[in-house]
Amino acid sequence: MSGTELLSDQGLRIDGRKPNELRRIRCSLGIFAQADGSAYLEQGNTKVLAAVYGPHEIRGSKSKALHDKAFVNCQYSTATFSMGERKRRPRGDRKSTEMSTHLEETFAAAIRTELYPRSQIDIFVEVLQADGGNYTTCVNAAMMALVDAGVPLKDTVVSCTASLVKDTPLVDVNHVEQSGGSPELVVSILPHSGEIVYMSLTQRFHIDHLSKVLDTAIKGCKDIGVILKEIMKGHLTKLDTSLQAS
Amino acid sequence: MSIAPQLLRGPSLMAEILLSEAEKAFIHHGDDLRCDGRTRLDYRPIILETGLVSNASGSSRLRLANSDVLVGVKVELASPLSEKPLEGRLEFFVDCSANATPEFEGRGGEDLANEICRFLQMSYMSGDTINLSELSVLAGQQCWVLYVDILILECGGNLYDTVSLAVKSALYTTQIPSIKVATMDGDQPELELSEDPYDTKRLNTQNVPCLVTLMKIGNHYLVDPTPEEECCSSSGVVVAVSGSKKITAVRKIGSGSLHPESLVSMLKTASEVGAVVNKILMKKLLEEETAGKTQKVGFMR
Repeated sequence: MSGTELLSDQGLRIDGRKPNELRRIRCSLGIFAQADGSAYLEQGNTKVLAAVYGPHEIRGSKSKALHDKAFVNCQYSTATFSMGERKRRPRGDRKSTEMSTHLEETFAAAIRTELYPRSQIDIFVEVLQADGGNYTTCVNAAMMALVDAGVPLKDTVVSCTASLVKDTPLVDVNHVEQSGGSPELVVSILPHSGEIVYMSLTQRFHIDHLSKVLDTAIKGCKDIGVILKEIMKGHLTKLDTSLQAS
Repeated sequence: MSIAPQLLRGPSLMAEILLSEAEKAFIHHGDDLRCDGRTRLDYRPIILETGLVSNASGSSRLRLANSDVLVGVKVELASPLSEKPLEGRLEFFVDCSANATPEFEGRGGEDLANEICRFLQMSYMSGDTINLSELSVLAGQQCWVLYVDILILECGGNLYDTVSLAVKSALYTTQIPSIKVATMDGDQPELELSEDPYDTKRLNTQNVPCLVTLMKIGNHYLVDPTPEEECCSSSGVVVAVSGSKKITAVRKIGSGSLHPESLVSMLKTASEVGAVVNKILMKKLLEEETAGKTQKVGFMR
């Protein structure tokens, strides 16, 4: 129905991007003084803040402690003003709870949890502005915050979405494309090994298209990974020079 | 090192602060010079930026030292309250993000959020602060509701003041669409929104109150307390001071008690400090507005 609008005859998308073009990524690390690690990440108009606390002693009920590894605790929360329509609750609804669980699984796979038995690592993400790909932006932001906190990772985790319009795969879909009824494939990968740690698909398309769309998403992940690595390097060099200067 | 007791519920509800006896003694008995070099009536540096959230009709982000607040105002049409048919209304909502401290996870920050939210409501209730009849669209049937959503991102002391300044800035920038009552079809009025997105009106926020927190420490009191100072104080007052220097709400905070005389003197100081803060804020907002559209910095510092 909306296929013609989402991809013009010239092969451009609704926001003027090419099908394989990512949105602009901007990121800054260490924006909060009190958290152990924090990051702010923008993918186009989707803006996310992430904070990491820990590893620290288990808070609350000690029964959550795992004897051989760290317990990863995540909270996904959305600002009430982040979307077109005002949200009544920032968290606690089913969608946020589900997102929190997915984040926990994703990061338990990436963090070297075996190094910190009986402890806890908190990852909190806050969506300030939502314009599609909220989950992927959260994963990327949380990963940057973990790097800022110096938590040992097996590999960076990067996440990206892909869609399919007029048999053309689109990478990094925005809100209009997402709500226009086209399918959305979300993938989180460990870029070094290429392993998939999270995947979800909404709507439907023929299975023959799957490999094409999945490849697009993975390519998107790897591209984002390269950009984020550059930002990390820049941040660390800056830290290094300021340390040496003092 | 000893762990300072959690004397105050509320603003200092955060990870325990470690203070040595010497540090405590300095905060209690120091002259008109504080740990960070300020005098008792000085504020810490403030960073303010408006218009960061494009999905909101008005927004601001304010950082006072380590206290960080993001406010978004959303404008919606609704029916007015039956007891006030000629007025629109403001709805406050405070959310303490877990980014600030893990204690706020889940429903952990709700007590503090409710406390701040209630006090804001109280301070805006006075007729002197904001003209709510400006928000009326059709008497008794339709009015604008301003949802003021406050997101607390980091707590570095003096939350009340930080929140109130951010709210005032966000309200200052809030654009309310122009609306006309086109036709009356029987009982059902037809409302027509202006097609031009720039055809908007703004509220008069000149008299919107700023909150001033005064903390009593030893025999004196001070403004803009740091978390360490909040820890050393057992009581204080939060005062809402409108642009015209009027006090619109007062609340005593903390578990200690105050002598009536010191309370009166605190209120006097608060109203003077509040007037200055209001003036500076309005000046800065005007400056930012006239500077025109520059690239937003936001969290990319």
